[in-house]
Amino acid sequence: MAKIELIDVAHEYQIGSGDYAVKDINITWNDGVSSALLGPSGCGKTTLLKIISGLLRPSEGTVLLDGEDVTGLSPQERNVAQVFQFPVVYETLSVFDNLAFPLRNRGANKQEVRERVHEIAEMLDLQDLLKKGASSLGAAEKQRISLGRGIVRKDTTAVLFDEPLTVIDPHMKWHLRRKLKELHARLGLTMVYVTHDQHEALTFAEQVTVMDVGEALQTGSPRALHTRPAAPFVGYFIGSPGMNLFDATLQDDGVMVGDLKLSYPSETLQGLGGKKLQVGIRPEFIEVRSDPDDGAIKSTVEAVNLTGSSLILDLAGKGLDFKVRVMEDADVNEGDTLYATFPDERVILYADGRAVKSTLKEAA
Amino acid sequence: MKTENQRAWFFLIPALLVMSINAFIPIMTVINYSFQDIFAGSAIWIGLENYVRVLNDSEFRSALGRQLIFSFLILLIQVPLGIAISLGMPKKGWRATVALVAVGLPLLIPWNVVGIIWRVFTRGDLGLVPVFFNLFGYDYNVANNAVDAYWSVVAMDVWHWTPLIVLLCYSGLNAIPDAFYQAAKIDGASRWSTFRYVTLPRLRSVLTIGILLRFMDSFRIYSEVDMLTGGGPGTTTAFLSDVLVSKARANEFGYGGALSLIYFFIILIISYVFFLVLTNVGTADETPKEA
Repeated sequence: MAKIELIDVAHEYQIGSGDYAVKDINITWNDGVSSALLGPSGCGKTTLLKIISGLLRPSEGTVLLDGEDVTGLSPQERNVAQVFQFPVVYETLSVFDNLAFPLRNRGANKQEVRERVHEIAEMLDLQDLLKKGASSLGAAEKQRISLGRGIVRKDTTAVLFDEPLTVIDPHMKWHLRRKLKELHARLGLTMVYVTHDQHEALTFAEQVTVMDVGEALQTGSPRALHTRPAAPFVGYFIGSPGMNLFDATLQDDGVMVGDLKLSYPSETLQGLGGKKLQVGIRPEFIEVRSDPDDGAIKSTVEAVNLTGSSLILDLAGKGLDFKVRVMEDADVNEGDTLYATFPDERVILYADGRAVKSTLKEAA
Repeated sequence: MKTENQRAWFFLIPALLVMSINAFIPIMTVINYSFQDIFAGSAIWIGLENYVRVLNDSEFRSALGRQLIFSFLILLIQVPLGIAISLGMPKKGWRATVALVAVGLPLLIPWNVVGIIWRVFTRGDLGLVPVFFNLFGYDYNVANNAVDAYWSVVAMDVWHWTPLIVLLCYSGLNAIPDAFYQAAKIDGASRWSTFRYVTLPRLRSVLTIGILLRFMDSFRIYSEVDMLTGGGPGTTTAFLSDVLVSKARANEFGYGGALSLIYFFIILIISYVFFLVLTNVGTADETPKEA
């Protein structure tokens, strides 16, 4: 297992086109971390995964494995394993021979192959299928074989997953995801998991990197992404519904959003002139009450949506439209008047798509 | 259940009429003839005698032998060659288009024209082939040398039909997802094992079609050979269809009918065996090398 570092990595599929699939990537995955790359389709996360595995050589930047420059090395030289979106098995081979394939390619002796394959088969619940032809199995089993081939070598440095649950039946998804967590705990594997499903990413990984249009916007714990999104995109991509975002304008000692003025110390506002300003707050952090409160935003309930565990209210007040999450048993009806407060420590100010540092307060 | 409109059948009548005239009736006639001795307009029922004669006919037997050797030989050449060419072809862009057209060209030429082209190509007085062999001091002669004639026919068939295998394999190759090759790379597979365990299994269905088509077509080869060598020298390149045609020309309809049917069943049986083998190889739960 190893620590993976990407330093100033960028890639254009056509050199010189200026059309970068990924750019300015600086991410570190510590040894044994389970992490996810999360982003919408086409954001460059698969490209990034190929750069880590060595299937793709980045046009710029360096890839380090345990501090060693491996940018020019092939996948097998890096000993990185990858599990693909569609299960890849060698169809004419038995499950046993599939699992043995990477070992035999490296000239392992029979004894070694047998022991290791049985060990891995036991971990992945494949013992009873060893003699079966791989082509006769279902997608979930094939995906387990595919994973097994990745971890069967003892020197595997990292396992990469490219949306591995896409073609798996829903009830098997849960099972397979749990299996991955279990393996991670047991083997201490460095895992990088690519997905566009925030639920998958946030439940699987300790460290999540959110990507959009080729850029890594934020790397952090699921909690950090939730409480302190470093970019508006992270704010609304993660969470359901996502963050409320308002366009803001600079004014004296604060910013204006709609008819609401938010005060900031002058050092926070320094150098923000001419930049595109936005203010964001998550629906679950807005406090509402039915009786008037000093400084609260008097707002009208425009819609009430039940999501099962909670209510999502569409509110309008002070020239702002925003969503608020309240308890499911709250007695609220359309047309009611509510008083909303944005707690200071929950409001994040963004300039040109990046959080203004001093507004990223540590959440209690 | 919905009642189907039975009037639809009415529209099939013209097609059925044509079919019965050009297929059904002739086939029934052939079957009928094969059980009779026919000469000068009279026919006598002789049961299986024609079949016995065909099977004991040394001309038929040696033609069948030549035919089998020829068909297996061209499969042995065309299948690996076709796969190799398709592997070497560009995958996209204008180069792919150019390569596809260039490779596919021989398939567009009518069979007898292929024969004429190769006849000119191999002629002693003006062909390029004799000139080429003469450079190496070999006296090539398609008309008199049996070995030259046989290999010229093989070469002609390879030239004409390998493109079919190439096109089938090419489409098969393009249907293999990249992930399979990437996985093999990550698993440290050599080029050979990648071909053996990724490419070849995924070409199975197109190769099954290709081998069946090539076998059936080569087993019925006639026009090209007729144009190039006329079955000669002697009977070196006289294949089954050649024997059949000569019987029909000699007005031996009963004997020819029996020969046609035997011919047909040989193709059917061998094709079926091919089909069974090709669709089963590698799919059954093979015993692992060890477990």
